[in-house]
Amino acid sequence: MTTSPPAPAIELVGVNKSFGPVHANRDIALKVEAGAIHGIIGENGAGKSTLMSILYGFYQADSGDIFVGGSKVSIPDSQAAISLGIGMVHQHFMLVENFTVLENVMLGAEGGALLNRGRAAARRELVALEKEYALRVDPDAVVGDLPVGQQQRVEILKALYRGAEILILDEPTGVLTPDEADQLFRILGQLKAQGKTVILITHKLREIMAATDAVSVMRQGEMVATRRTAETSVEELAELMVGRRVLLRVEKGPATPGETRLKVQDAQVIDGMGVERLRRVSFQVRAGEIVGIAGVAGNGQSELLEAIAGIRPLASGAIEVCGHERTVADPAELRRMGLAHVPEDRHRMGLVTAFSAKENVILGYHGNPDYSPGLFLDRGAIRKACEQHMADFDVRPPNPDLKTANFSGGNQQKIVLAREIEQDPQVLIVGQPTRGVDVGAIEAIHRRLIELRDAGKAILLVSVELDEIRALSDRILVMFDGRVMGELSGDAGEREIGLLMSGVEQEDAA
Amino acid sequence: MFMDVILLLDSTVRLATPLLLTALAGLYAERSGVFDIGLEGKLLAAAFAAAATAALTGSPWLGALSGMVVAIAFALVHGAACITFRGNQIVSGVAINFLAAGLTVLLGQSWFQQGGRTPPLMGEGRFETITLPLAETVRDVPILGPIYSELLSGHYLLVYVAFLAAPFSWWVLYRTRFGLRLRAVGENPAAVDTAGISVAGLRYLAMVCAGILCGLAGSYLAIAQSAGFVKDMSAGKGFIALAALIFSKWRPVQVMGTCLLFGFLDAAAIRLQGKDLPLIGEAPVQLIQALPYILTVVLLAGFIGKAIPPRAGGTPYVKER
Repeated sequence: MTTSPPAPAIELVGVNKSFGPVHANRDIALKVEAGAIHGIIGENGAGKSTLMSILYGFYQADSGDIFVGGSKVSIPDSQAAISLGIGMVHQHFMLVENFTVLENVMLGAEGGALLNRGRAAARRELVALEKEYALRVDPDAVVGDLPVGQQQRVEILKALYRGAEILILDEPTGVLTPDEADQLFRILGQLKAQGKTVILITHKLREIMAATDAVSVMRQGEMVATRRTAETSVEELAELMVGRRVLLRVEKGPATPGETRLKVQDAQVIDGMGVERLRRVSFQVRAGEIVGIAGVAGNGQSELLEAIAGIRPLASGAIEVCGHERTVADPAELRRMGLAHVPEDRHRMGLVTAFSAKENVILGYHGNPDYSPGLFLDRGAIRKACEQHMADFDVRPPNPDLKTANFSGGNQQKIVLAREIEQDPQVLIVGQPTRGVDVGAIEAIHRRLIELRDAGKAILLVSVELDEIRALSDRILVMFDGRVMGELSGDAGEREIGLLMSGVEQEDAA
Repeated sequence: MFMDVILLLDSTVRLATPLLLTALAGLYAERSGVFDIGLEGKLLAAAFAAAATAALTGSPWLGALSGMVVAIAFALVHGAACITFRGNQIVSGVAINFLAAGLTVLLGQSWFQQGGRTPPLMGEGRFETITLPLAETVRDVPILGPIYSELLSGHYLLVYVAFLAAPFSWWVLYRTRFGLRLRAVGENPAAVDTAGISVAGLRYLAMVCAGILCGLAGSYLAIAQSAGFVKDMSAGKGFIALAALIFSKWRPVQVMGTCLLFGFLDAAAIRLQGKDLPLIGEAPVQLIQALPYILTVVLLAGFIGKAIPPRAGGTPYVKER
């Protein structure tokens, strides 16, 4: 075999891009083989999306060369990218929701000043594309009525309709259910089989391993490494992404549970619509243990968390914190009893994102005499506390005056955790502690929770991530349809938990 | 009685015309994602420009042209503020209204010294009504005769233009490439941008369309319906047009229907002035004049469902970051 290898579909040489003082892309070199699925991973803010926006003509590189199919090109705008055969599926879909699928596909490629002729041609083309790639979508459906997975197909069809040979997908699975994600990867396989090149941007290591031929890793604006997927491992990629060894599973010793700190007895919650969301749930959490609540989202976990935190009233039943029975649903009273709550949705309940970090670290504790000794807030004390929290939890950047909206997801979560943990609660209830958080921060957060357990606190962990539940919990309760289906030990197998999650009774499964 | 109805409808058509042109102007602007509170100001400025030019040149055609040019200029100022400089669209619109209200009177006074009016137009300077062919011949045919010769014939050219502009706008919006892009840019400008089309370009084009239509509406007010400009002659028509636009949910053919309804209420108010009605007594003219607004509020509140504006309306387009 002496034939020279075909030109790479895309080659980048020395690409730089800065936004003001932020060097988002630094001397990027990248080669994407034609007809392959190439993954690009990196933590949030590593510069993946910027790089792809340069390829799609959304931004201009400050310097550097771009080669497409072996020849040097310049991509001043999206139109140029499209004519070079580059198509992009954005993380947030670029669809007009009250247009039909057909209109969305045509937009920008109408084929003439009047729509009639172009419409007929587009319809024919769409049917052909659907057949070729098994991308079934009704051309006359209104996009806003379609489920997310189908909307994504419309985006892919849009790119293909414009003759894309190279398809860039930016975090395509973030909004998909696992089932829809599987379908997407089947479609990508189909595209590859037809000779298309696919660039897949994601921060999910699993997807990279499952779907790609090669993978490039970005960190802090630089291209750190490129590997053949078959020759690398999740551990190596994680390390490359974060820049140090990452423990995907934090070490923990056996628990030494003490007295009962949180007791939930026959708790029942009925929502505003009169639906019973929590059906007489009972359990206890003891000092020095982590109890994990597993389950598919929407099976009563949120209601349970909110009931314990005092946000939702109980229809019947009782909740005891550190031996005090909770009388009314009052989060402030519960805090005084020694309970802290890290809510599931940090944007909606955990933070006021328009406030600065230092204002957020006193939310709920603003009446604390340390922070407000008299009529006014002690701003010096608040700043000092915030700086201390930020140092303890390695929040970056450690700037108490920065609006919390401008921190990354992981750092926002650390701010919430710091606020709750630094109050030295006896009971900590945590919902989805690592949702939308980078690998590096996940490790830090997990480590914190285990330290807290070892310090003799009682922790209730609610998470839809099975890996997280299994990594942290000493005991696992599985919820289904508002009920606790059963209790398992912390080292229970995935299958065992999965069965309970799908509502199969413990006795049947045994 | 029959002739009364015909005359009422005839004046409905005349009164609906400026509303219709102005509402269609708003339709182009708002469908592109730029809210246009400044319709009133553009209408007023165009009326002044048209009257002043017609008074000076004696040509209604040049008057209408200058009305359009001035309205386009105002629309482009609004465009620059909202599209290029990403300002607040409501604030810019309000500013345009104030600017027009003050500027017209100031310039009018300093140019013509007639208390902010323009000199009354005589004969040539004003548009003439168009008599459709055979209008006189068929006048005596029962029923159809008066409908043709009174209701359809004998209007100013701009009336016909306005009532053709509505179906034409429908055709533009739903049957042309420009219309597809215009509707898209008002809903999701990012989709337009990623399709390789200039968002700013489209929106400026929409501003120009709005300017042309406002210019025609102003010209109609000053050099067709009246013979010259008087202070504040737009008298809130720009706002009624905006109400009509919302009322018809930003759809061109419905805009025509709504403007006819509002024109009808206006015509009825004029006709009923001082007349005794059975049961009520003297006609409550103020109430009838307020009816378009009341109707808009009441019907929007429950009867025609929610009027959902173009989704990107009111927000300037910024690429990520």
